[in-house]
Formats: sequence, structure tokens, C-alpha cells
Amino acid sequence: MAYKIVTSQCTACSACEPECPNNAIREKDGTFIIKPEKCTECIGYFDEPQCVAVCPVDDTCIIDGAYPRYQAA
Amino acid sequence: MQQEVSIDSIKKSGSSMEDVMQQMAEHKGCGTSGGSGKASCGSSGGQGDLAPDIWEKVKNHPCYSEEAHHHYARMHVAVAPACNIQCNYCNRKYDCANESRPGVVSEKLTPEVAAKKVLAVASTIPQMTVLGIAGPGDSLANPAKTFKTFELISQVAPDIKLCLSTNGLALPDYVQEIKKYNVDHVTVTINMVDPEVGAKIYPWIFYKNKRYTGVEAARILHERQMLGLEMLTAEKILVKVNSVMIPGINDAHLVEVNKAVKSRGAFLHNIMPLISAPEHGTVFGLNGQRGPTAQELKALQDSCEGEMNMMRHCRQCRADAVGLLGEDRSSEFTTDKIMEMDVSYDLEGRKKYQEVVEAERQKESEAKHAELAELGNEFADVQVLVAIATKGSGRINEHFGHAKEFQIFELSTQSAKFVGHRRVDLYCQGGYGDEDSLATVIRAINDCHAVFVAKIGGCPKADLKNAGIEAVDEYANEFIEQSALRWFKDYLGKIKQGEIVHEARGDAQIRQGAYTPESAAA
Repeated sequence: MAYKIVTSQCTACSACEPECPNNAIREKDGTFIIKPEKCTECIGYFDEPQCVAVCPVDDTCIIDGAYPRYQAA
Repeated sequence: MQQEVSIDSIKKSGSSMEDVMQQMAEHKGCGTSGGSGKASCGSSGGQGDLAPDIWEKVKNHPCYSEEAHHHYARMHVAVAPACNIQCNYCNRKYDCANESRPGVVSEKLTPEVAAKKVLAVASTIPQMTVLGIAGPGDSLANPAKTFKTFELISQVAPDIKLCLSTNGLALPDYVQEIKKYNVDHVTVTINMVDPEVGAKIYPWIFYKNKRYTGVEAARILHERQMLGLEMLTAEKILVKVNSVMIPGINDAHLVEVNKAVKSRGAFLHNIMPLISAPEHGTVFGLNGQRGPTAQELKALQDSCEGEMNMMRHCRQCRADAVGLLGEDRSSEFTTDKIMEMDVSYDLEGRKKYQEVVEAERQKESEAKHAELAELGNEFADVQVLVAIATKGSGRINEHFGHAKEFQIFELSTQSAKFVGHRRVDLYCQGGYGDEDSLATVIRAINDCHAVFVAKIGGCPKADLKNAGIEAVDEYANEFIEQSALRWFKDYLGKIKQGEIVHEARGDAQIRQGAYTPESAAA
């Protein structure tokens, strides 16, 4: 049910943080992380996940396979 | 006193004060309707024909006045890491302390630390007059951090001019904020006015919660840039337009860009060479897109100059640069160091120091005009380029072997004009490694007839002579333009006596390590 940020790819530019409609993104130890329990993959808010759309490095905000895909209630 | 000088110079230029003010009103700041040439635009020399209020704004701004850049320093604070577009000449992952180009920083700052840094720098460098926010992302993609920084700095250092640079996508949303914080210099990077061209430069933009790609992305960006530019000039905020010259993609097209931005009231156009090397990891670096040669860049700048004055002294600096253009003292002001510094803001001391700088600058300008007056116009068609080794203050005061860059001046019987600069330090530039550094310098100034230095050894002097470049060291610590014109008078004298024949020189490389056909073949 969530996206995650690939730490080794993240430039810590902070572009994703204010775009997240769920306030699920924050800075931690010089990089950014997504709180999986808060992430809704932007379903119900936008057509595309905002962190993916704004991130300057391809394949950095990706689906976290450890969680099942988010289902809108 | 300032007012008297202004009126005099306007009278000399042949138009009355009223004419100029009228022109200003009609043109929303500077030459919107076209056709009037560059009467109220520009920055190339001193006050020239600028209206007094414009001159007040630019006279000690190193990025807006070529003359000022010899004397005044600027700093950037890297508070704006996020960006809302992707450009093919930018890759944000790459940083190196020895690397100097836009989008690169060594540490990001909070607005509070940035304000402290400004105080620390202003106390150490009294000729630091300008604070800019230029990224490393886009200043207006980080509006909260950018405007908080301006607010703090205007409280602690009210004499410092504030400026920002942006890609323009978010600009129309923030013109009122820009005005509110008295930011009266804004730089917009505009590389195209045709979305088909834009699609080759911008792979995507992020706008209104959506990623747009291709021509659609470029069209939105273009429309936002033009709207933002018009809104700024309507508010009488000075706008400089930066354009990156990308051979084969937008080089010829930049003439159209120049017309479009001039007609919308931009004050100054800065056409910069593409910086691209494979190790920067940019799209253009990796696909072998080359940057322009010195001659290509100058030809394009010259062809636009009839329309509008061109900025040629841009050093394409880092988003955390500190110091005079062409020098970078950012390593003296890291967060660790400024936190330990005991800073006191001496507004009076700064004023006094800057008065001395102004007096020096006035002397320099007078010396140049006196020298020009003696040249006559027998050889009005002879033009030569010369390279200068300088540490600043408008003087020839750098040793040949220590020069990190050379300033290039074009000499004729009508003028001594700054037309560019050439970097010769190679660190992290993807340069030529162990190769003899003299060869590097010769490649950089190969279009010059002479190089002026404070000091030079016998060997390099002889090698330069073999390459056709005269090393001139008899004007050590003298004013640049006055000295160059004196040398030029001798040069013309020798032509007259038949001692030498004037010959054109070859092309040169702007930035060693830039991806050019020669370096690709090597």
C-alpha cells in the first residue's frame, strides 16, 4: 500500500515533501522517507503519485513490495 | 552629486531627461516596444545612457553591470533545493567542491543559517552588495524557504540588494511576493520561445500536480515564462534573461528569444555557453552534445547586441558561490565556520569602504576615456582581442601562472569592451589531465593578440610568442582598459610604420573540459 524512496538515489532535494497529500514524507538522516502507513499512492487525490511525478531522479520513488497495493475504501 | 552626473551623461547621449523618462514609462522599464535600439537597456559599461533610477539599481550589482563586477561581490545562499522542471543540461546528483556551475552546491542551508552566513560574509567582504537565491533547484519551487530568507536578511542587512533566479514556471504566482520583499532583480532562464525547440531541452515539468512531457510541457513553460516576464516588468522589477546556448538545438533560435524578451521589457540578456561533460551525468553530457566555441558564442552575442545589451561577464557560478565573479570564497564560509564566527554588522564601515571603491572606479573610467580620446580613428576598422590576468578592482594584478581565468577585452579606436572570460583551472572539469598547463592557456586565449599580466617568467613568455600571443608585463597593477588602450596605440603605430601586419587570430575554447568536437576526437 505504499511507495518508498530508494535512499541511494535520493538527492534530498525535498521536492516531494510538500507535494504529498498525506504528509507521509519527511527528512531523516539527510535523506527523505515515506511513512508506509500514511501513503495512499495518491489514490483519491491525484491521477499520479506526486512523489514520483516531481522526483528529479528516475526510479527513486517506487512501489514498496513489502506492502500490498493500496485499496481505496 | 549623483543626480548631476546622471543628467550630464544623459545630455551627452543626445536625449533630454524628459525623453528618457517618457521612454521608461512607455516601455515598462526598458524597451518593450522595440525599435528604440538599446537606448534605455543594458549594462555593458558605466552609467552611459541608463536612466538614473535604473543606474541606481544596477551600479553596484556585479551581475547586472559589467563595470561593477570588477569591484563588487555577490553571494548565493543555497536554500532552495527542490525543482519543478528537468533540464537536459542539469543533473542534481553531481557535486564537487572544485566544480563551478549552476545547480551545484556543497551544503544546503536553512533560512536562519543563510541569514547568519550573509552577515558573516558581509562583515568579512565589505564590497559584497548582492544576495541571490539561485537554487540549487528553483528559488520559486521553494517559496517558503526563499521568502523567509529574504525576510530575515532584509531585517539584519538592509543595504544588501536581493535577487533571485528562476526557470519561470511558478513565477506568475509569486510576483506580488517578490515585490513585497523588495527583490528588484529577477533572472529568468529562457532557452526557447518555440515549444518544439523546448521539447529538446526539457524532458518534463511538474505543474499543477501533474508531470507533463514533450511539446506540451515546453508550451506550458513558455507561456508561464512570458506571462511572468510581463508581470515583472509591469511592476518595474528589473529582469535579466539567461539563455543557455546549445549548438544545433537553440543557437540560431536564441535570436528569436532575444527579440521576444526584449519586447516584453527584459533589461539584459545573458547568453551562456552550454556546460556539458560526460562525468556531469547530464543528458547532454552523456549524448555528446557539445558546447559552443568562443567565436560561436561571441558571434551570437554580437548579433543580438544590436537589439539589446548583452551580459558577457557571467561566470555561471554555483548556487552557493561567494565573492567577486570569477572567484569563489564559499569554502571560507561553511556552516561550521560561520557558526564559530563572531559577526557584527557594520553598516557605516561598509558604506565607507564602498565609497572608496566608487572613487577608484571613477578614476578607472576617466583613465579609459582619456586614453580613447587620443586614439583618433585612422585605424577604425582594426579590432583585436586581448586577455587580462586580474584579481579584481579593474587592474592588471595577477601573475600569469596563478591566473584561474583570463578576462577578454575587445579593443578598437572607439572602445575597450569586455567581451568574455576564459577559465583555465581544470579541477573536476573533465579536462586534459597532466597535459602542460601552458597549452591549456594558449587554447583558451588563442583568439587574442596579447595577454596582460602582472608578472610572467621568460619561458612561458617565449612559448606564448611562438603561439603568436604577446605577453605584456609592463602595466603591472595599472588599470586594465587604460593599459590595454596604450598597448593598442603602440600596436597601431607599428602597423603604420610597416613593422607588423595586422592579422586575425584563431578560435578559442571558453571552458576547458567542455564537450567540443576537438575533445571528443581526442
